[in-house]
Amino acid sequence: MTHNIYLYILVAAFVSCLIRVLPLTLIRGKIKNPFIRSFLYYVPYVTLAVMTFPAIVTAPRIPLAGILALIAGIAAAWKGMNMIGIAVLCCAVVFICETAAAYIL
Amino acid sequence: MNRNKNAFFNGIRDGFPIALGYFAVAFSLGIVAKKAGLNPFQGFLSSMLNHASAGEYAEFTVIIANAPYLEMAFVILVTNIRYMLMSCALSQKFDSGTSLFHRLLVGFGITDEIFGISIGRPGALNPYYNYGAMAIALPGWSLGTALGIVAGNILPASLVSALSVALYGMFVAIITPVSKNNKIVGGVVIISFFASFLVSRISLFAQMSDSMKISLLTVLIAGLAAFFFPVKEEADET
Repeated sequence: MTHNIYLYILVAAFVSCLIRVLPLTLIRGKIKNPFIRSFLYYVPYVTLAVMTFPAIVTAPRIPLAGILALIAGIAAAWKGMNMIGIAVLCCAVVFICETAAAYIL
Repeated sequence: MNRNKNAFFNGIRDGFPIALGYFAVAFSLGIVAKKAGLNPFQGFLSSMLNHASAGEYAEFTVIIANAPYLEMAFVILVTNIRYMLMSCALSQKFDSGTSLFHRLLVGFGITDEIFGISIGRPGALNPYYNYGAMAIALPGWSLGTALGIVAGNILPASLVSALSVALYGMFVAIITPVSKNNKIVGGVVIISFFASFLVSRISLFAQMSDSMKISLLTVLIAGLAAFFFPVKEEADET
């Protein structure tokens, strides 16, 4: 069965809007439940980590370039580089690796 | 009224660098959107309504997988659940008398960066500050996505390959500083890397879509982390 792209977009938009708007409109006090607080605290980091690896290795044409981009990105973030700088750095690493590989191989 | 106007222009000023950054990153998101079969208008629409890097990336993997609509709802719920926390935090920053209209609109405009600059404002939050930031940052994000879809064709394969990691670079930029300062988050991130790698290799999970794997791993690992390492009150707002 094929799905409609507009419907996909609307479902995604509806859910993400609900997520963003509901707490702001409904919850006026602080969340007390420590498990839910902790769960919500960890969620973004787990999601981002799971999405990043191993996808960053399989996305470029040469997997080694992706591995090097990941290492460079972590090192730069460790040193405090900003988000856009890191994104550009990762792209540059992949570009340089693949260009170099084309000459060497 | 004058105060609101001021806040709006302050929002535009602070939103401008965000918009520039968004434009570049959204461009690489557009490359993924193109893979999912979206045209430039659909990419623009998706980014205008959903405006979330990780969330939209997950959205496009669901479309690529041709998965059920219910899975889309679940995947977006899980990947964007951090906005729920931000929304909670912002609710503490509002005057208690702030109208429902302002709450809806500010809530709609929450992104990592807009949340970041608005939580950093001194005193109670003026919604018009957020509107200013949204007015420039969201179109930057959406136009970037649309252009990424258009220019994916024009760019040489080497550039597309290089740009394909931009989004992951951004994710690394979000998780690394927190992992550095918080050993538990660092451990959770390493476990997530490892678990994700294993799941991608085990044939048992081969039938499952990428987005579903992401969601299940997130609920499982974050749930276990919350159970074994509950977060103390103050450490919550990062």
